[in-house]
Amino acid sequence: MKTTKTQYKGMVRKASPHSPRLQHWLASFTVGGAICAFAEGLRQVLLHFGRGQEEIRIIVPVTLIVLTAICTALGIFDKLAAKAGAGTGVPITGFANAVVSSAMEHRSEGFILGVGANLFRLAGPVLVYGSAVSTLYGIIYYFFLR
Amino acid sequence: MATRIGGDVLALPTRPRLAGRAAVGGKTEGEGPLGGLFDAIFPEADMGTDSWEKAETQLQQEAIRRAMERAGCEPAQVQLLFGGDLINQCTATSFALRAFGIPLAGLYSACATFALGIGMAALSLDGGGFERVMAAGSSHFCSAEKQFRFPLEYGGMPTPTAQRTATAASAIVLEGGGAQNNRGVCVEQIIFGRVNDLGVADPNEMGAAMAPAAADTILRFLRDTGTEPSALDCILTGDLGQIGSQLLLELARSEGGFELRGVHRDGGMLLYDTARQNAGVGGSGIGCSAAVLCADILPRLERGEWKRVLYVGTGALLSAISPLQAESIPAIAHGVVFAANQDS
Repeated sequence: MKTTKTQYKGMVRKASPHSPRLQHWLASFTVGGAICAFAEGLRQVLLHFGRGQEEIRIIVPVTLIVLTAICTALGIFDKLAAKAGAGTGVPITGFANAVVSSAMEHRSEGFILGVGANLFRLAGPVLVYGSAVSTLYGIIYYFFLR
Repeated sequence: MATRIGGDVLALPTRPRLAGRAAVGGKTEGEGPLGGLFDAIFPEADMGTDSWEKAETQLQQEAIRRAMERAGCEPAQVQLLFGGDLINQCTATSFALRAFGIPLAGLYSACATFALGIGMAALSLDGGGFERVMAAGSSHFCSAEKQFRFPLEYGGMPTPTAQRTATAASAIVLEGGGAQNNRGVCVEQIIFGRVNDLGVADPNEMGAAMAPAAADTILRFLRDTGTEPSALDCILTGDLGQIGSQLLLELARSEGGFELRGVHRDGGMLLYDTARQNAGVGGSGIGCSAAVLCADILPRLERGEWKRVLYVGTGALLSAISPLQAESIPAIAHGVVFAANQDS
């Protein structure tokens, strides 16, 4: 072919549509904001009923995780996420969905090497690098910030 | 015996005849513009099985069974089947063939597998050793998502260049036995694809990755045979989608000075109504172009509406890990000319 890789790259860029960024930002902001507002609302309700801070810090995320798991299993979550993007992906809902969807997908390969081995296929990097960064921060805190 | 025209085109003087064809699809395919033309639509994605892989095996069995029915033959009367799919190690095809006892030549050429299968089937008939052979291919949206992308229920935003893998399977029966028997539609010429790579590395840009391979095969065919695009009723590419199709037209102009607008159609753009259905910039997968060919294009030739069609299956030869290792995506395109015989 006479067309070089560089020329073709330009042709592809010209032919490809761009993501409608403003629309994506608005959708992410609205849906992500709604999820956070719901969590905050739940916190206020629990406070009102006299629950302690420690307890609330557990109940609120667990509620979001359970609701996400149910929505994922019902096939609703992926449809919402296709529109909301980071809005559903960044809160704890994204993590829960990554775990539950992997479990569902690999159910046909059995509970050990199917569900068990693939449960953190997508969420694994968050755990690995989350733990690594926490450790690093712990070291910095111990020596310099304490 | 096949004769070579120009550099790479093989003409088949015995003109292997199309004896049967079938296309089956899933729910979304049934709701698309060609929905009414399928031999059967299966609304349940799992086909009543407990895995996407088993569902694809069933889908392919349905296509093979229906193609034999239309050809009026039994599995025992088919001497060889060329088939493939997108699942690792082509298990959908191998497992599907457990039900028939037909000798199997398993193939892999990504989404160009059906075109390769037809080419191989026609060539084996033309060689004289066989009387009746088949080609089959399948893809399944869910098994492809699982293997190449994310779990089905994982929530993410599709990129604006993404395509939808078709849940569909097709099969055809070809018969040889001399030119005198060849009424109806026959395979006239074939051209095998070369591996092309113009550096596209994003697996969400399949159309762009495959357009150079499609252009290479089409231009070699036109040059070798001295054919003007207008002499064909249709050049059907497999699954380039909107972006890949546009790039193909540009490459055909700049590389060969050919204008394909008007004669070119793309399986990926025919299978779905992309404005209405959730199909990105078009369909993809072996089943995509195979279904469009068997449900829409071949029937037009059978009815005499069209006389000559170049079917170019297009395949992106990536694996699930090659993009992670920063490999670009090589692509291939195999071409088959179907022609309606004058006396049909």
